[in-house]
Amino acid sequence: MKHSTWRDLLLSALPPALTFVVVVALWEGVVRAFAVPKFLVPPPSDVLIAVWTERASLGGALLTTAQGAGVGFLLSASLGTSVGLAFSLSRWLERGLYPYALFLQTVPIVAVAPLLVLWFGPGLRAVSVSAFIVSVFPIIANTLAGLRSVDPRLSDLFRLYGAKLGDTVLKLRLPTAIPSMMTGLKVASGLSVIGAIVGEFVAGFSEGNAGLGITVLSAYRQLRTDLLFAAVLLASLLGLSLFALVSSLSTLLLRRLRAPG
Amino acid sequence: MLQDIDLVIEAGSFVALLGPSGCGKSTLLRFISGLDTPAAGSVVLSPKADEAQASAAAKLAFVFQDAQLLPWRSVLDNVALPLELQGYGRAQARERARGPLAEVELGDVHERFPDQLSGGMRMRVSIARALVTEPSVLLLDEPFAALDELTRQRLDERLRKLWQARRMTVIFVTHALAEAAFLAERALVMSRRPGRIVLDHALQLPEDRTLELRTNLDFVAQTALLYRSLSQHGALDDAQHGA
Repeated sequence: MKHSTWRDLLLSALPPALTFVVVVALWEGVVRAFAVPKFLVPPPSDVLIAVWTERASLGGALLTTAQGAGVGFLLSASLGTSVGLAFSLSRWLERGLYPYALFLQTVPIVAVAPLLVLWFGPGLRAVSVSAFIVSVFPIIANTLAGLRSVDPRLSDLFRLYGAKLGDTVLKLRLPTAIPSMMTGLKVASGLSVIGAIVGEFVAGFSEGNAGLGITVLSAYRQLRTDLLFAAVLLASLLGLSLFALVSSLSTLLLRRLRAPG
Repeated sequence: MLQDIDLVIEAGSFVALLGPSGCGKSTLLRFISGLDTPAAGSVVLSPKADEAQASAAAKLAFVFQDAQLLPWRSVLDNVALPLELQGYGRAQARERARGPLAEVELGDVHERFPDQLSGGMRMRVSIARALVTEPSVLLLDEPFAALDELTRQRLDERLRKLWQARRMTVIFVTHALAEAAFLAERALVMSRRPGRIVLDHALQLPEDRTLELRTNLDFVAQTALLYRSLSQHGALDDAQHGA
């Protein structure tokens, strides 16, 4: 058992690791061989050097962005599941509000970001709200779909024994919905980082601690493309770690619920 | 879908309901259980007043075709579920769930989960769950249809014994003739749509029934009688068209 899990891990980790090594090597080789200007495409080694030399400011920026994304994600996780639950309990509520929830998904976040600054003030608050807006809809939609996916015969069983609404929600609908809710949370975790970066583009300047979005903007203005790449790299890693965190939480929970997947 | 169903089922009897697929057997069962309401006509569970109807409904249990267990609950917690839903505390519900589990000989797998059981065991858990509220009416909708023949025969025998011990009213929907003859005191055959009851037959078989009964000539004759009624009323057309 132990042996085969190690083997599985190796088999699943090896191909992407190989791809990474090959691409980075090619990138370095091509950039150097053709003497591509560094402000266009810096070689990976320069990006790594930038990560190291600017580690203090990049670390601070990473922390700031992580805060904005984290707060936004927690907001959308709590509000999104609550709204999904409320929609599942009332058709009227769903019909009345779902189109407007969908609006959150379709609104161009860059265009409304200035509004967020006006309403919530610059810095963490506007950035978190931006992360929230971008990430909440998948949670609402997946929660609702999960709560609606209950086997009708199990609903019959609960009805037959005169189950109270609270019991039906807690003992049947929520456990059934959790796999789907987890899918929504996983999608939202990555989106919340995107929402935070976009929010920072407009609202990031405040209290001296700028996030990765600000780092990207200032690196661009100074043609410090190596620093720009470093910031993008860290932002992706942040999204990946948040996703991995939610993912492992989901795996644990699903195993407890004995749900497939 | 159903037409002119005029049926009286005595308390404590074991009735098998046979018929071609789509004839409305399951619909009839859902009407009896109160899960659905007929467009016209009514189902009376107790000849007494309306208030008795409500308490009679509370004494009803339903077994579905698939075991329909909650995968995140252990065997014991699955059987305790109906009691929890009726307002018992979890500890008390679990305690009372032990009896019915012992009755279906699953006393030793309390803490296992449905995905760790065979199909036959899952169905026994489902039956234990139905018995836990001590129902006066037990409705079963093709409960063993998805199981292999041997498992099915064993479960038939067990169900018959449970009925003999408890004497609740059992209504058992099936499309298996031998199963109906083996289990029931009375067999009802329904026609194709619109479903009507075309045969109401009291089975003349011994009280104690074991696997050997299936090779008994009386048993074969009773099964043949049900077969003739079913084939006269279109049950076999499907099979012929299908072939």
